[in-house]
This record gives sequence, C-alpha cells and structure tokens, in this order.
Amino acid sequence: MSFFPYVVAVWLFVIGLYGIVTSRNFVHLVICLAVLQSSTYVLLLSIGYRVGGTAPVFAGVRVGTPAVDPVVQALMLTDIVVEATVVALLLALALQLQKHTNTLDPDKLKALEG
Amino acid sequence: MKRSPRIVFFLLSVAGFAGVYLWGLTGLPAVGHYRGPYGDVLNQVATYERHVTDVVTAVNFDYRGFDTLGEEFILFMSVVGGTVLLRRQREEDKSEHRDQNLSDKSPERQAPEPSDATRVLTLALVGPLVVFGLYIVAHGQLTPGGGFQGGVVLATAPLLVYLAGDLKKFKQITSHTLVEIGEALGAFGYLAIGLAGLILGGAYLRNVAALGTTGTITSGGTIALIDLATGLEVAAGFVLLLYAFLEQTLEIRLRGGK
Amino acid sequence: MSALAPLPVVIPLSAAAILSALNKFLSRRWADALAILPTIATGLICGELLLQARTQPVIHWFGGWTPRAGVALGISFVIDPMGAGAAVFTSLLVLAALVFSLHYFETVGTLFHVLMLGFLGAMCGFTLTGDLFNLFVFFELMSASAFALCGYKVEEPESMQGALNFAITNTVGAFLVLSGIGLLYGRTGALNMAQIGRTLGGNLDGLVITAFVFIMAGFFIKAAVIPFHFWLADAHAVAPTPVCVLFSGIMVELGIYAVLRVYWTIFDGPFAAHRWEIRGLLLALGSITAVVGAVMCFGQRHIKRLLAFSTISHVGLLTIGFGLLKASALAGVALYVVGHGMVKAALFLVAGLLLHRFSSVDELELHGRARELRVTSVVFFAAALGLASMPGFATFRGESAMIDAAGEIGQGWVRAIFFFSGLLTAAAVLRVWGRVFRGMGKGEGAETAGDKKIKEDRETSQPSHGIPAAMFLPAAVLVLLAIATGLTPGLKRAARTAATVMQDRAGYQARVLEHAWVPVTPAEEEHTPMGKGVVWSLATTAAALGLAFLSLSRYWPAKHALVRPVALTVRGLRSIHSGHIGDYVAFLTFGVAAFGVVLAALVHLH
Repeated sequence: MSFFPYVVAVWLFVIGLYGIVTSRNFVHLVICLAVLQSSTYVLLLSIGYRVGGTAPVFAGVRVGTPAVDPVVQALMLTDIVVEATVVALLLALALQLQKHTNTLDPDKLKALEG
Repeated sequence: MKRSPRIVFFLLSVAGFAGVYLWGLTGLPAVGHYRGPYGDVLNQVATYERHVTDVVTAVNFDYRGFDTLGEEFILFMSVVGGTVLLRRQREEDKSEHRDQNLSDKSPERQAPEPSDATRVLTLALVGPLVVFGLYIVAHGQLTPGGGFQGGVVLATAPLLVYLAGDLKKFKQITSHTLVEIGEALGAFGYLAIGLAGLILGGAYLRNVAALGTTGTITSGGTIALIDLATGLEVAAGFVLLLYAFLEQTLEIRLRGGK
Repeated sequence: MSALAPLPVVIPLSAAAILSALNKFLSRRWADALAILPTIATGLICGELLLQARTQPVIHWFGGWTPRAGVALGISFVIDPMGAGAAVFTSLLVLAALVFSLHYFETVGTLFHVLMLGFLGAMCGFTLTGDLFNLFVFFELMSASAFALCGYKVEEPESMQGALNFAITNTVGAFLVLSGIGLLYGRTGALNMAQIGRTLGGNLDGLVITAFVFIMAGFFIKAAVIPFHFWLADAHAVAPTPVCVLFSGIMVELGIYAVLRVYWTIFDGPFAAHRWEIRGLLLALGSITAVVGAVMCFGQRHIKRLLAFSTISHVGLLTIGFGLLKASALAGVALYVVGHGMVKAALFLVAGLLLHRFSSVDELELHGRARELRVTSVVFFAAALGLASMPGFATFRGESAMIDAAGEIGQGWVRAIFFFSGLLTAAAVLRVWGRVFRGMGKGEGAETAGDKKIKEDRETSQPSHGIPAAMFLPAAVLVLLAIATGLTPGLKRAARTAATVMQDRAGYQARVLEHAWVPVTPAEEEHTPMGKGVVWSLATTAAALGLAFLSLSRYWPAKHALVRPVALTVRGLRSIHSGHIGDYVAFLTFGVAAFGVVLAALVHLH
C-alpha cells in the first residue's frame, strides 16, 4: 500500500491529459486541467507523509512529537492558489470565446490554422 | 488531426509518459517514511524561534515568506487579468439604459427569483460567515488557517448576498473602487512589511515585530501582520473576480444568449 | 547581504499595486509615467547588481534565514553575472514595450501597465532566484500576467483561442515542472538549488532521470522547443504588439535560461558521466526545432506569425548552444539571446507600427504601402540583417562562439543548421521588407491556395499620418544597441566569465551554503581566428538576400515539378499546426514521453 498514492498521482495526471486531448468543451477542458493539477497535490502530500505523525500544529501538542512535513503543506497551499487563479483566467477566456463565437468546442474553431 | 488518429497517438504517448513517471517514482521512499531534513528541522525550531504553534503558517509567511509574496501576486495579477479579460467592450457600453434592463420583466430575460428559503438562509449566514472568516485570518499562526483560507471565506459573504438577491444588490454592497483599493492595499501591505524587514533588519521580510507569547493571538510578529494583509487582499481579489464574472453573465443573459 | 537584491522584484510589484489602486483616478500620462519610471529604476538596480556580481555573486537570504549546517531554511537570491545580465535585458525590453505603448495604445485604465509591471517583476525574480520552488512561483506569476496580456484584445475571438492554447499548454508545462520538483524534494528533502545539487551528488537513477525530463520538458514548453512549440505562433498572432515584443524578446528565452540554471546547479553532477547522451539529445532537439521553425517561418503571410516561427527557429539554435555543454558555447548563447532579443523586438515594433498606420499585418495586403516610411524601412532592413547574424551584430558574436565551440568537440556540422535557419528566417523577413517597403513582388492573389486573408483589429486609436516618435524610437534604439553590442570589445570575454561562473557547481554550492568567498575569476583573452565565421555569416546574409529577392520575382518556381515534394512537406507541416488544443497537448505528451524513454534507454545502454 505504500506505493499506491504515487500511482494515484500518476493516474490523475494521465486522466487529466486524456480529458484535455479529447475534450469538446472548453469549460470541461479547464476542469480536466484542474484534475491534472490535483495530481501534484497527491504527489506532494504523499512525499511528506509520516506514518504515525501528527499534524505540524503544536497547539496543545508537545514540540518534538513526530509530525508530518509542514513544507509540502505550505507548497500545496501555494499550488492551490495557483490553480484557482489559472482556472479563473481560463474561464474568463472561455466566457469571452463563447460570447463571440457562440461555441466552446475546440473542433469548431478554425481561426488559427497553419 | 482528425479525432481518432489524435486519440491513438495520444494513448500511445501517454502510456510511455506514465511508464517513465512510475519508474521515476520507484526511486522515492515509500509513502509514510518521510526522510528529508527540511521539514524535521522546521518542526523542531519553528515554535521556539517564532512563538507560533502552526508550523505550516510559519513556513508560509516567515521561512518561505517570499514564495507566498509571489503567490499573493499571482492572485493579484490573475484578478487584474480577469478584470481586463472580462471588461465591458465598446458595444456593450453603448447599449442604452443598460441598468434599466435589469428590471425588464420579460420572462426569458429574467433570472429565476430566489425562493424565500434561499433568501432567509443566505442572509442569515452572511454575518456568521464574516465572523468566521475573520477568525480564520486572525488565528493563522495558532491553528490551521491563515490569510488565504480566511480571505476566501470572507469573499463568499457578498456572493451569498448575490444569491439572495440579484446583481444590483451585489453591486450596492460592494463598491468596485473601494474593493480595488482594498486589494491593492493588501498586496502593497505585504511588500511594505517586507521592506520594513529590509530597512530594520537587513534582510527582506525579516521578522522585526514583537514576537509575543506562544499560543496567543498576538504571537508571531510579522506573521500575524502579513496574515491580515493577505486576508484583505485575497478577500478583495475574489470579490473583484466575482464582480467581473457576474457582470459578464448578466451581459450574456441580456443579449439573449445561452 | 546586499540590500539591493530584492528590489528588482519589489519595485515593479509595488508600482503595480499602487497603479491598481489608482485605476479609476489616474490620467493616461500619469499611468505611463508611473509605469516607466519604476521600469527604469529596476533596470538601473539590476545593472548595479551586475557590477557587484562581477566580483562575487550577490546572495540575499530572505527573512534573514541563513543556512544551518548545510540545510537551507529560507529562500535565497543568488545573483551571478548571467542572471543579473538577463534581468537588465528584461528591464530594457519592458521599457521599449512601454515606450511604444505611450499615448496611442488602448489601455484599460491602468490595468495594462499593472500587468506589464507584474510581468517585469516576475521575470526579474525568475532570473535572480536560487530556490527551485521560488523559480516555479515566479514562473507562474510570469505566466499569469502573460495569459492575460495575450488575451488582451477581447473583441477578437481568435485572441481568446490563442490565449487559451497558450495558457493550457503552459500550465501543463508548469505542473510538469512541479512534479519534477516534487520528485527532487522527495529524494533530497531540500528546495534550495545548491543544496539539492550537493545532496544529489553524482548518483544517477530513475528518479533523477525522470525529474530531469519533467523539469526540462516543462521549461522547453515555455521555450517553445519542438514538439512543444505550437502555442507560440498562436499566441503571437493574437497578442498586442508590445506583448509580442516581450514574448519573443525575453519570455521564451527565459525558458532556456531556466533549463541552463537547473542543469548546471543540479543535474550536471549526476549526468557528468553521461554528457555525451545529453549532448546528442539536445543537439538533435535543437536542430529539428531550428529547421522546422525556419521552414514554417518562410511560408507565413501574417507578419507576426512569421516572426514567431523565426523565434522558434532561433530557440532551436539556443538549444544547440546549450547542448554543447561548454562554457564558450554558453557565452555564445548569452550573446545570441541579447542580439536576437533586440532585433526581434525591433521587428515586432515595426510590425506594430505598420498595424497602427495601415491597420494590417498581412504581408500581401501591405504590399507597397509603406514606401514613404523611409527611416522605418532602414530600421526593418537592418534588423533583418541582424537576424541573419551578419557580422557587426551581437547575434554574429553569439553564433560564431557557439559554432566555434561545436567545432572544438567535433560537432562542426551544426554550422549547417545555423546556416539553414539564418537563411530561411532572414529571407522571410527580407521578403516582407521587399514587398511592404519597396513594393516588390505581387500583392493580393500571389500566394498558395488555402491561405486566408488575415484580418487584424487595430490596437491603437486614431490612425495618424506620421509615425509617432514614441512608436518609432524604441525600434531604432534597439537596432543600434544590437550593433553596439556586436562591436563592443570585451563583451565576449565578459560573457565567457559569466558562463564559467554559471557552470561552476562546486563554487555555487560553497557560496550559497557555506557563505564562502569564492571570487569570480575572469576568463582569459581568447584569440580565435574570426575569418571563417565572418565568411560564413556574410555568405548566409547574401544567400538570404538572394532567396528573398528570388521569392519576390517572377522566377519563383512555386509550381515546378521539382519543387512539388518540398511543397508537399511544407503543406504537411502546416496542417499539423491545426490550432486545436487537443493536438497540441497530444504532441506535448508525445514529446515528454519520447524524451524520457530515449534518455532512459541511452543512459542504460551506456
């Protein structure tokens, strides 16, 4: 079981990529991108986990008790903010695209060929 | 490429990709056996050095505070970017009596009226939500929480007002200019605290405020101050983002689009 | 610790915050001033840091957290001459872009300036940092500003599509980088580049290879190396001119910079025994990129897209320079980036000028219309020569350094790639010059079937009858600077010193982790005979001129039977560039997988 979280991380990345490649709707595509991003969360948190470790919050807990890695959690917070903001920008783009071309289907957009 | 060749091409590629990734992952220690020095050292020293009990916040706002500054500005730039991308264009501005159209009674153009249950519940939640958000922002250095988390909670309060009413009510309670200024203030506040560290302590973002007693709300020195600045910036930022999106969805609805 | 070190990031970001608060209150003049002055200040501070770094790299630990027993607790800026030089160059290009946008460019309150300043701050942080995750954060900040700037023209649906393609591919790249960082963190427990490099030592295994592949691939996506390059042409076709200047001039090159930085501080240790394989892979990638980019460039009629493909071709040349893994080649890369950035920026600025004056960037539609723009014509022509690496330009210096370094290790064949790329890209731009500024060749109706006429909206207000000085001066100044840096003595030596510092892993680690004083040793004077290089460059330039004039004349064998297979290959290439995001990401996945599988196989077969 101690390798399984890594497999989950790989799977999330792969399925996110699959969603992006086969998507017919840009909003769906953006959500697939979010799924891809969550693969990094799983990867980071699995790396920092310690069996039997408590949360790295020492309110009421003695300093020195084995705890999980706080650094990956901080990295993940940054990661989440990055994801949220990128998704916001992408959705704004998708919204304007829908407004002008009345479609969100990548297959139907022919303007940038060649 | 046509769809089928693309999918086949992709499936073959992604098999290779997954193979490489999994092969690389076998080099990691098994899950649950974190080894590295960084986290352990910080777990040992953070509480003594910074009088905070939440080490993650200490990492976020002190040890790796510069990263968080960058992250805050990613949010800032994305909000600005969202505002730019969702701006009203010339033709939209020209449509006369735009705001009067909000009260256009024709059924296809009107959003469904919120039910009484929605109205009561959402309005009742606004107050507790604001308090809760402020609580999370203020207690970042003690328990899991902090500027980002609390800021997002705070930003949902105006959203609840929108759900209970309509866009006009939302606009009434959030003055766009004030929120913009608030966001800039939060962002600049973080930069300024860092500068204070540079001027008073020789290093940017050095913790130069009084550290207080561990376990109280005034502990952590600049960590607490940065928390507040971040909370302000994140809350204001998300409100601006919501503002821009909601304006545009109204525009689409008025045009009779989907 | 130098107090100046954080300022290249703090000043632009503070200015951005202030400008954003004053969004509804400032007049256009004030907004312009409040954007340009911090940019100049940032450039000057970076210049000062460069001077300081020439004796000893400047190190600044944020929060005052210096390392304990070799474990880095905080984030550091490690400013060596290469990084500081990149930061100075970035400020210069942002200044050029902002000056170009004075008065006429349609802005949204102060928000365009806010985005540009954020972009500047992010790029400065990106070049100066010594922490791997900090690199990622600034990478994302750079990207967030870039996405918004790319989609700036919201009235055009192509802008939205181009920006979406750009954003999605680059975000996948960013998360590849993050996955690689996670792998390295899992192995070494550190995020500081010096500490990771030291902990990794010389051991190479699957994890290090995978981390290398992911991080390199992620940054290659930003650098638009084949097969990750599709987004670049789309983004350039739709982004406003000042933004294109920055994309082609420095943002793409920063992808190569990151690859260089990460390789030389972290990965050179484990891969030291396998340099031959890395070299082979990178030379192959670079060559393919250079060739395909050049071919695609020649077939475009949309001027900005043409310039975008030429950037891709030149990035291929930079990848070759990196792949040689020698200090002299690295020096060549630095000089080439500067020279190319300047002339490419100048070319884009002139294209923006044409758009302002004639409302078009279609080469055929503009046929002969710019005849009265005499001085602009000279600037454009000179910049095109710079693209061909004619002697006298900084591009020539960089190119000859790279080719000489290749010759020293028996890879002299890369000269052919440099020739091909220079020939086609310069010929394409010279063809544009001939058609637009001299009225040569045919106008509408001249091109291959299937080419649509390009419609591009104005990005400025009021077509004027003259050329505003603010729009013309940056282009002219940049071309002059490209020539100045091509002729200044001592620049080549300084570049080699900077390159040697960048490659010195042990020195880097000692300076960062032990606070050691390891002064910079200047490189020795080198006296390589320049003759052969000059001859080849002149030949490339002449050939480019010849090809350009040939393509404009009626002797151009567009339909001849001998040319048919070439035309078919080109058409095939162009059909791959479909504009469809699914295709782009499929190729991206293929690229990463192929890179990983090939490298793993090569290492194991050694």
